[in-house]
Amino acid sequence: MNEVPVTVTVNDERYRAFVEPRKTLADFLREDCVLTGTHLGCEHGVCGACTVLIDGDAVRSCLMFAVQADGAEVVTIEGLAPPGELGPVQEAFREEHGLQCGFCTPGFVVSVHAFLAANPRPSRTEIREALSGNLCRCTGYQGIVRAVERVAAGIAGAPTAAPTATGDEAAS
Amino acid sequence: MSTAAPATPTAARFIGTSVKRREDRRMLTGHGHYIDDVVVPGLLHAAFVRSDLARGRITRLDVEAARELEGVRAVYTAADLNGGQHEYWQTMVGRDAPYPPFRALADGDVRYVGEPIAIVVADTRYIAEDGCELVEVDYDPLPPVLDPHVAADDTEQVVHPELGTNVASEIPAMPNPDLEAAFASAAHVFEETISQHRHLQVPMETRGLVAHWDPGARTLRIWASTQSPHEYRAFFARYLAIPENCIRVTMDDVGGGFGQKVFAMREDMTVVLATRKLGRPIKWIEDRRENLVAASSARAEDVRVRMAVDAEGRIQAVDVEHTEDVGSYPVPGPGSSAAFTAMMFTGPYKIPRLGFRNRAVFTNTNGRAPYRGPWMMETVGREIMMDLVARELGLDPAEFRLRNIVRSEDLPFTTPTMMVYDSVTPHETLLQAVDLVDYEAFRAEQERARAEGRYLGIGISVYVEPSSMGFGLMSQEVATVRVDSSGKVQLIMGTASHGQSLETTMAQIVADHLGVDIDDVVFIQGDTDIAPYNAGTGGSRSAVYSGGAAREASVRVHEKAIEIVAHAMEAAPEDLEIDGGVISVRGTPSRSMTLREVAELAYVGTDSLPPGMEPGLEATARYKGPRFTWSNAAHICTVEVDVATGHVTILRYVVSEDCGVMINPMVVDGQIDGGVVQGIGGVLYEHMIYDDNGNPLTTTFLDYLVPTAAEVPDIEHGHIETPAPGNPGGYKGMGEGGAIGSPPAVVNAVADALAPLGIRVTNQPLGPNDVFALVEAARAATT
Repeated sequence: MNEVPVTVTVNDERYRAFVEPRKTLADFLREDCVLTGTHLGCEHGVCGACTVLIDGDAVRSCLMFAVQADGAEVVTIEGLAPPGELGPVQEAFREEHGLQCGFCTPGFVVSVHAFLAANPRPSRTEIREALSGNLCRCTGYQGIVRAVERVAAGIAGAPTAAPTATGDEAAS
Repeated sequence: MSTAAPATPTAARFIGTSVKRREDRRMLTGHGHYIDDVVVPGLLHAAFVRSDLARGRITRLDVEAARELEGVRAVYTAADLNGGQHEYWQTMVGRDAPYPPFRALADGDVRYVGEPIAIVVADTRYIAEDGCELVEVDYDPLPPVLDPHVAADDTEQVVHPELGTNVASEIPAMPNPDLEAAFASAAHVFEETISQHRHLQVPMETRGLVAHWDPGARTLRIWASTQSPHEYRAFFARYLAIPENCIRVTMDDVGGGFGQKVFAMREDMTVVLATRKLGRPIKWIEDRRENLVAASSARAEDVRVRMAVDAEGRIQAVDVEHTEDVGSYPVPGPGSSAAFTAMMFTGPYKIPRLGFRNRAVFTNTNGRAPYRGPWMMETVGREIMMDLVARELGLDPAEFRLRNIVRSEDLPFTTPTMMVYDSVTPHETLLQAVDLVDYEAFRAEQERARAEGRYLGIGISVYVEPSSMGFGLMSQEVATVRVDSSGKVQLIMGTASHGQSLETTMAQIVADHLGVDIDDVVFIQGDTDIAPYNAGTGGSRSAVYSGGAAREASVRVHEKAIEIVAHAMEAAPEDLEIDGGVISVRGTPSRSMTLREVAELAYVGTDSLPPGMEPGLEATARYKGPRFTWSNAAHICTVEVDVATGHVTILRYVVSEDCGVMINPMVVDGQIDGGVVQGIGGVLYEHMIYDDNGNPLTTTFLDYLVPTAAEVPDIEHGHIETPAPGNPGGYKGMGEGGAIGSPPAVVNAVADALAPLGIRVTNQPLGPNDVFALVEAARAATT
């Protein structure tokens, strides 16, 4: 199979690799970058578990080829907070029991980052609509909705707008 | 042990509080470790060629082109692998249960769409799928067996020719003159058939495993996405006829199971046979289409219910004929849950007589597997029947339930299936739920809405959950509590927590009963080489069984630590207390030893131990619990139905639950919520559909509709906390209850909304098309 070079910046680190043109961005992130926090739940763009930020927008990495991300800035779940720390969205998920098995969680957290960046003061209906692009089978969404409300309300020192990359970048 | 376990923890700091989860940090930062994250040197990747046909003979199977593809390392069919099979049976149901004929790969014929026919093993998953494309299969189609009611009596068209019948298992009708006399003399007799359609478990992480047969060491290593690593080990030891001690199974984080991941299935068997032949590690990760088509299905059953009621509205007898569609290759055993459906059918009501018969029937469909409350057709059938009969009697459904419900003064209450409810609160939970939802106010609102041409409805569901069922392998659990030489604690369990939060709740128990801080307890599970043999996680059993074992092991270590300190400090054991990892003389905190100092004596300063004491500071406890621990709940749902579109909107959803002592209330509510939403999804959105040829039509998440945040209501909780008398912690299991109670609550609410149109609801799902069809039919009948 013909392999082509790609260069992608992921979580502020540059990755260069030769990949098959058919390789999805999700597989590139998981296999070539060894960033396995991006999960694959359906591989047809419905469940949202593979959501990452590309140039600040939430994108399903299962529906995009790695070659299409050539030159892009990607942020995955691993890049949302400094290693070992929880960002405000992550902290709110923990406080509100917004996860059980944890498999869908990275996609939710990334999606919520993009959503709150665009709409820092959402209504509950807007939150539920925004979350409808991600599937969870454990929580019944109760803790997830509460977590987003918690961040949006700025509870416990959470910023009013979520960062789109690492905490350092968001502050700059 | 020299002394009995104390009745209360030394310091109840953690049990009963909503301790934040210790699982969360890694999962929230992308550092959870799931099955597809497993990478080992030399790893190969597998994909399956599957049947496109529900039933037929394989007339040609050509894998040569696939074998020649660069990067493909092996292509195996039944001829290559099935000879490696030995025994096939699951520990939970035993070797003598009825089973379908077993085979890893289809051999000569196919019996459902999605049945694995060949496995392609390659350097990458991409190449393995390329290889699958090159495999050619020709079939001679046979008429598929799809209707369990027809199939049950058919001996010509059979799913499994080896068996000569489609009946997988049966509970025959028993002569019961008392029952028939009750029906003959009853003031009212009602009969209805109530069904539920085919659901899917849909864990967000699909199935998968990595297996490696090491031909030099002659050992099998399996990394599994499972609810029961020890069952995988025991199963594959029998399946391959190799000793259990040559197999190591591990699981790390598991992205949901809901019953689908308890037992090894055919793809697991095929991958294991393939690595045995190839001697290289092989990974198989199921894709979502495979999961929706071929992993397993659930529900797909009906009950014909007869109910005899006296003139005062008291139920005198219920007679049930239950039919289950178990598909082609169900697990475990014949895939039937009927024994428990029968056992629990009278539920929370004082119904003195029960008749029950069942047939579980093979069809040419995806096999049945347990799904959160596998026996819950008893609650679906009973609670929908309660509403239908109440309406016939002119009684409000709440009032009809109150006339029949088990009350505290009835305890202990013996059901007609000889189950003894020692501590249940169906009456109290019903009243609490009625109060929470403000039932009377809703009825008034409903009346006003009807006057405006709007259709509001309210639905109740009450059930008793036989949590922690103590049969066979499930009757006991095990924990090792080990204080290491630094004074920190390892808790090693036979569990397989996959969302249940046991890493947190079990640590809460140990922290309280050993007397240490929760942050000093590390939870270890899921490795058959480390953790003692046990059943794993499922069946709402962890709080009672795993909690019981963790508690007992903690108490033993606690007592040993006290003995060591008493000897070292020349104090009386009864004067000592432990808290936060420090053992001190009660009232004299200056006289104390840390657990680290105790551990140093136990492992190193062994000459300072009491004479005759075995060195070390750890204990392993097996806890054998009671046969049943009864939890119960009442659910009430309110809806609005748009009769123009058939769309159902849930307005409110209230749950009143009694699960005994709550170890972690946050986790309890989370379990309720998840189960409730699965049930709501099952009624309103989810339906695995086969066409008349046995072709699955719901093969993506655009067709099989899992509910999203936009559809689900806020769920309101009430709790009645009645400690279970049968276990020292007072816990009652509750993991499955939400999914048991919610479907009939939703169905009854829709039925209540549509009752003014003369509509009776006995079938599901209730998607817009289904509701619209009910409305249209009712209008046609009145014009």
